[in-house]
Amino acid sequence: MTDLNTLTIAEARDALRKGEVTSRDLTEACLAAIEGAGALNAFVHHTPDLARAQARAADARLKAGDAPAMCGIPLGIKDLFCTKGVPSQAASRILQGFKPEYESTVTQNLFDAGAVMLGKLNMDEFAMGSSNETSCYGNAVNPWRRGDDAAPLTPGGSSGGSAAAVAADLCLAATGTDTGGSIRQPAAFTGITGIKPTYGRCSRWGIVAFASSLDQAGPMTRTVRDAAIMLGAMSGHDPRDSTSADLPVPDFEAMLSGDIRGKVIGIPREYRMDGMPAEIETLWADGAQMLRDAGAEIRDISLPHTKYALPAYYVIAPAEASSNLARYDGVRYGHRAKLAQGDGITEMYEKTRAEGFGHEVQRRVMVGTYVLSAGFYDAYYNRARKVRTLIKRDFEEVFAAGVDAILTPATPSAAFGLGAMTDADPVQMYLNDVFTVTVNLAGLPGIALPAGLDRQGLPLGLQLIGRPWEEGDLLNTAYALEGAAGFVAKPAKWW
Amino acid sequence: MSIDLETAARVASLARIRVDKDALPALAQEFNTILGFIEQLNEVDVEGVAPMTSVTPMRLRRRPDVVTDGNRQAEILSNAPDAREGFFVVPKVVE
Repeated sequence: MTDLNTLTIAEARDALRKGEVTSRDLTEACLAAIEGAGALNAFVHHTPDLARAQARAADARLKAGDAPAMCGIPLGIKDLFCTKGVPSQAASRILQGFKPEYESTVTQNLFDAGAVMLGKLNMDEFAMGSSNETSCYGNAVNPWRRGDDAAPLTPGGSSGGSAAAVAADLCLAATGTDTGGSIRQPAAFTGITGIKPTYGRCSRWGIVAFASSLDQAGPMTRTVRDAAIMLGAMSGHDPRDSTSADLPVPDFEAMLSGDIRGKVIGIPREYRMDGMPAEIETLWADGAQMLRDAGAEIRDISLPHTKYALPAYYVIAPAEASSNLARYDGVRYGHRAKLAQGDGITEMYEKTRAEGFGHEVQRRVMVGTYVLSAGFYDAYYNRARKVRTLIKRDFEEVFAAGVDAILTPATPSAAFGLGAMTDADPVQMYLNDVFTVTVNLAGLPGIALPAGLDRQGLPLGLQLIGRPWEEGDLLNTAYALEGAAGFVAKPAKWW
Repeated sequence: MSIDLETAARVASLARIRVDKDALPALAQEFNTILGFIEQLNEVDVEGVAPMTSVTPMRLRRRPDVVTDGNRQAEILSNAPDAREGFFVVPKVVE
């Protein structure tokens, strides 16, 4: 048998059910892989004892014949998820030492399904970043390199640790979260699959909040089938999240027929950006051709407000972040600054937040504070919310005209070097999310999947955007594209 | 719209983040870059458009107004940087 840590969820599930392997075996293989992968800095809190206990319980369940699909599957969990008794600090110094007394709904759902947690994964601080360089744990590193060039590359962000861990076979799959592209961009940079479901599909309860109207959790996996299996286990209504949808969760895996004959796939002209590498143009055109060959109709469409999505996002997301992050005040949890003689409560807040928040988080909190402040609320925040309405309307009109899914590139480039953006202004980094952020603003499901390699041997991804609540149909289209693209490349092991 | 040092200092104070005087010029510069990017929104005709309040056309669910949780003092205080006698402790706020 191949190395157990390289299996897909579907392969592992089938082998577990046949009794060919145990969860204990899978878990030990992953723990050993993690042990040898310190150079990737993907896992930042290790939970081997918990993993072994969960694996034992999963093996007992499998033996008893009571085994949901995720039973016994070893996972990595993004540090943004609160996990009971296990450090959960959103890669921020301000949550240093925080051990939640409760479990996030998504991780509880996974554990109820029998999944095994190997540890917590690196990420950008409070999920604010596109390169995993704002983490208090240091950079996560992409297992992919440019040919023989040893220069370390970003795994993307904010779910950079999740992407690196799945791509490097440290776990079978991982959880991610996506506010503007934080699942899909790192998935594209590391040659894996990641889906952000419809807003409300996964409960946000117990996930450290960044921008509550945009945040969604989703799976990061090696295949579309695995994404379907794991998304099903993560999803479901939760009375503790008032925006969680009370809708049945379909059997997404059962919807993977690969038959997309007659489906209409939209190609939005506004996603053709100036200065986009020719390789990404070609990849996009090839992807459209593959879907056409599979029997879909390819239709040129227009989403006229696309250009305004990023500026609207950089009002709305910081505004919500400034409100959400007001809770980090040094009183109830996490870091509190050492105070000087005579310091009062205001000094405590100000020093605690200056020491606890990194530079990018401080910047976004302050931008959010500014756009919400008296005199600017209408000019910035309300205007951005109106533009958001128009962005959503663009999609609604296209779907009403019969389009089933929209094909776009996932990112405007392949993975870039760690440190390459250090001297760029912040807006340059924000441009990473240009193709993904519209989907969050409109609350839609979007999936990134690997579709090819660039000249330097780095993976490139395509994105499919679906109708609200139709993740099953979207996954099926992705499944057809995955089969046609036949992406099987793996990073050469150097770590 | 350009942010001067005084505005940058005021925003930092509203956000309760201590920023050293030396760091204010760079901060103001970053704000101006980001706000310059955001200014593009002024090109959009938003006349008669309602600001989005909920991305999914769903009413927030209601539930009976009853206590559903509680009696967790020890758990709630367990992560506090300073807790004594069942309370969070902060610097003196009243003279």
